[in-house]
Amino acid sequence: MSRPEIWWLIVAMALLTFALRASFLLAAERLRLPPLLRRALTYVPPAVLAAIVAPALAQPSGTALGPVDVRLVAGLVAGLVAWRTRAIVATFAVGMLVLWGLTWLVG
Amino acid sequence: MQVHRASFTAGARDMAPLLLGAAPFGLITGASAVAAGMAPFDVTFMSMTVFAGAAQLAAIALIGSGAAAWVVLLTTVMINLRHVMYSAALAPSVRSYSLGARAAMGALLVDHAYALASLRFGRSDDGLNRRDYLLGLGLPLWVTWTGTTAVGAYLGAQVPPAWQLDFAVPLMFLALLIPSIRNRPGLVAALTGGGLALLLAGLPYNLGLMVGALAGIAAGTAAESAGRALAIRGRA
Repeated sequence: MSRPEIWWLIVAMALLTFALRASFLLAAERLRLPPLLRRALTYVPPAVLAAIVAPALAQPSGTALGPVDVRLVAGLVAGLVAWRTRAIVATFAVGMLVLWGLTWLVG
Repeated sequence: MQVHRASFTAGARDMAPLLLGAAPFGLITGASAVAAGMAPFDVTFMSMTVFAGAAQLAAIALIGSGAAAWVVLLTTVMINLRHVMYSAALAPSVRSYSLGARAAMGALLVDHAYALASLRFGRSDDGLNRRDYLLGLGLPLWVTWTGTTAVGAYLGAQVPPAWQLDFAVPLMFLALLIPSIRNRPGLVAALTGGGLALLLAGLPYNLGLMVGALAGIAAGTAAESAGRALAIRGRA
């Protein structure tokens, strides 16, 4: 994509995101959210985020530790840290450190 | 426009501790965008206007891999669908405010702001100007988010590729995913969504993400219904 194309894309992303956020605040009288849909929306974050994470972690980086890619190992360790600490910084730091350590060891 | 200062301050004070978590997220978003080939200005503009971390990270990765614009937009909608739920939940509390005020609140209705506002607005007599409370929540976060994205992007441009900063993106999503799994149906949603997306990763147009996410949402909802049915039968 060229840069002007990226700018238009960003504007469109912003408008769509605003439309989703403002939807009921602006038009509560005209919009109806059926109870089933309301319940379904609570499962958007885990379903969507997992659908992003799983393929990203499984993507081979080219550096393997035996049969598994170093990124998968680093991702699993970071997942454990995320589960125990719920801290973004700790998850990020441990994940990157494990990745660097393994890449250095193998490479 | 008269701003109710006590309400704005209450919002800013409630948001303050969360800024510490948003700052590194912004830094990483800026840096990973540059690692994916975006210009620092462009990702800063994105943070300023889109103001949605998870959707931005996904878009950055997609733009970096040369995906079509409509794939990026569809993914944005998918990831930000949860905001419809926030909007519906807060709508009754702000019915009496003007259209402009409600639009401003909508622009700032990000995850953190919703979480805090839903706690405050639940009480009937909070004495708050709700518009200004939400502005107090949202503006400091917006400034932090945009500012740290810019800093991360300009610093990230100095980082050599050998540091593999692109790995920051899946790590950030992991850090968001784990706390979003709050109960057993949530776990079912995540396992279904992740598993199916993994199986279908080879499909074009990021379809694996779409199919996986929709199946995960359906599976989570079904699991919740099944759990309720069991609970009712157990009581009978």
